[in-house]
Amino acid sequence: MIRSHVLVCGGTGCTSSGSPAIREHLEKELKRQGLDEEIKVVQTGCFGLCALGPIMIVYPEGTFYSRVTENDVTEIVSEHLLKGRPVERLIYNPKTEDMPHGVTSLSETPFYKSQKRIALRNCGVIDPEQIDEYIAVDGYLALGKVLTEMKPQEVIDLIKASGLRGRGGAGFPTGTKWQFAANNAADEKYVICNADEGDPGAFMDRSVLEGDPHAVLEAMAIAGYAIGGTHGYIYVRAEYPIAVKRLKIAIDQARKYGLLGKNIFGTSFSFDIDIRLGAGAFVCGEETALMTSIEGFRGEPRNKPPFPAVKGLFAKPTIINNVETLANIPQIIVQGPEWFSSMGTDCSKGTKVFALGGKINNTGLVEIPMGTTLRQILFEIGGGIPDGKMFKAAQTGGPSGGCIPAQHLDTPIDYENLKAIGSMMGSGGLIVMDEDNCMVDIARFFLEFTVDESCGKCTPCRIGTRRLLEMLNKIIEGNGTLEDLDKMEELCHYITNNALCGLGQTAPNPVLSTLRYFRDEYVAHVVDKRCPAGVCKKLLRYEIDPNKCTGCTLCARKCPVSCIAGKVKEPHVIDQSKCIKCGACMENCKFGAISKK
Amino acid sequence: MKSLQELAEIRDKMKGKVALREGHNDVRIVVGMATCGIAAGARPVLNTLVEEVEKQGLTEHATVSQTGCIGICRLEPIVEVFEAGKEKITYVKMTPEKAKQVVKEHIKGGTPVYEYTIGEK
Repeated sequence: MIRSHVLVCGGTGCTSSGSPAIREHLEKELKRQGLDEEIKVVQTGCFGLCALGPIMIVYPEGTFYSRVTENDVTEIVSEHLLKGRPVERLIYNPKTEDMPHGVTSLSETPFYKSQKRIALRNCGVIDPEQIDEYIAVDGYLALGKVLTEMKPQEVIDLIKASGLRGRGGAGFPTGTKWQFAANNAADEKYVICNADEGDPGAFMDRSVLEGDPHAVLEAMAIAGYAIGGTHGYIYVRAEYPIAVKRLKIAIDQARKYGLLGKNIFGTSFSFDIDIRLGAGAFVCGEETALMTSIEGFRGEPRNKPPFPAVKGLFAKPTIINNVETLANIPQIIVQGPEWFSSMGTDCSKGTKVFALGGKINNTGLVEIPMGTTLRQILFEIGGGIPDGKMFKAAQTGGPSGGCIPAQHLDTPIDYENLKAIGSMMGSGGLIVMDEDNCMVDIARFFLEFTVDESCGKCTPCRIGTRRLLEMLNKIIEGNGTLEDLDKMEELCHYITNNALCGLGQTAPNPVLSTLRYFRDEYVAHVVDKRCPAGVCKKLLRYEIDPNKCTGCTLCARKCPVSCIAGKVKEPHVIDQSKCIKCGACMENCKFGAISKK
Repeated sequence: MKSLQELAEIRDKMKGKVALREGHNDVRIVVGMATCGIAAGARPVLNTLVEEVEKQGLTEHATVSQTGCIGICRLEPIVEVFEAGKEKITYVKMTPEKAKQVVKEHIKGGTPVYEYTIGEK
């Protein structure tokens, strides 16, 4: 008889910090101490608090252990699991006065308190490799309900009523998309799940696939029923091995149970799903390029219209939904559209998952109701900026989005508001920057990414982004002029208006938004030849304060290019013409005599 | 899967097993599992409690967990029952048989088995 479940995170974050070895060790140790019949080890998806991984939760108490190592396993088993004494030093949420006997509920901790988990509801709760556990939490109930009680049009109406919009970034109403595909008669229609998550720093879709793959399968079958399609494809990056593995397991299990395949739930509806692996091209996340890739061609976008709902995969009507969008659908059907539309703002309903990264204490995955402010996400849930540094900006939407400066921290997050302040919802990457980040450098980082990933089909994107990057490099190296700033802005608008697909159209956004909010930093680079954040090496100077320098010679010995000269016990001097700006002298100086200007 | 019925059967079978992870149960049954408790036979008591709670269909209502030394080692095995808004009940010198009775009469029935509590001589 099982009296306790030990959940070990099996998401990519915790896996790379060693959770598989911990799980293995735990199972061995339980056996050795004769507890393997009483305690069950469960591998789950992501809990969200990746910064503190590997994570382990012991139920029924709900003890949340963070940064567990293999060496801690024996202690956890003999102290906590056998004798009931939680290992205090590993607990994330320690005892409080209200809960003297155990641990405060996880949902009361600042990280989880303001979150509302719909798409992530099963991540970190069930074992994603066990279909029975998904069924235990009402899995496949929505599919059953749809197939046995509803007409396809009723399903579409229900999704429309919920107000759900595409979570891939553009925010197109999902029900309307389904309606278009349903309206087009054809002998075959397709449902595609877009899991080609490519934004730097984004891992929302990966976590859903790893933690709750059946929810995506179930939603795809529902979508197939609604539009009259019988086949689905999941287009997922080959760089997501754990997600691919769990999807394969999930598809096999669903087929075995007859939840995919012929005559599901004894009805005349048949639906099956195949996986297609993407080779890692960013442009393949764009829907037309994605379909071209599934068809077996080089992943290049094509013109719209015709839209996929009219002429999509293999020239048949097709709907393409993002992973997170799909993960919401079973819940909307089970709980009703009113439940869903009661959350969020006027035009953006429900919740949104964000992957928090960059200069933030709680790096990880959060799901918040639409309308939450950036301030709440960063400072309540995210735990603020490390080392007491000042917040400078947050980048949403990855290379297609823009940065949000401090003056917009209190803007409620939804599709329209983010657009109005020059950024976009995007798929959910949220990269935080502090006072040490140079915004010109950030713009260059994202532009380098799009230049690399531009497929080359259209000129504005292929050549335009390259020229833009060259101008940014010129500024960063201290050779820019004020005229360049205006030229860059003009080129940005040209690319936006003329590129073929979303990748090119949005590529200038990081430049435009940094120019809009941090023009002073650009001007400092161009006019004063200075990088205010001290990032751009060509514009940096390391100097030794002769009043503080004791002549200990340490800096001269550490300098890799021997550009520091001076006699023992006399102030040293840096030869600026040789200095490579590595900063080794400043790091090593014990008297704080060296400064960066 | 041929019918909703089939799905419901799997769900009902599995629900009790996953309920353990919900952690918002009304009643907490805690067993003292320090060295003294284990030596006095707390483990069979703990296992019986878990088994009985499931058998009586109380998994969504009550959880069973362990704690360290409760402090009165001579009266081990000790079982404490915490219920929101009610006084804590402490059972002493427990056995698997007594545990079964506690689950049936106290957890399910709502009346503590006073003859096993610490107050009774």
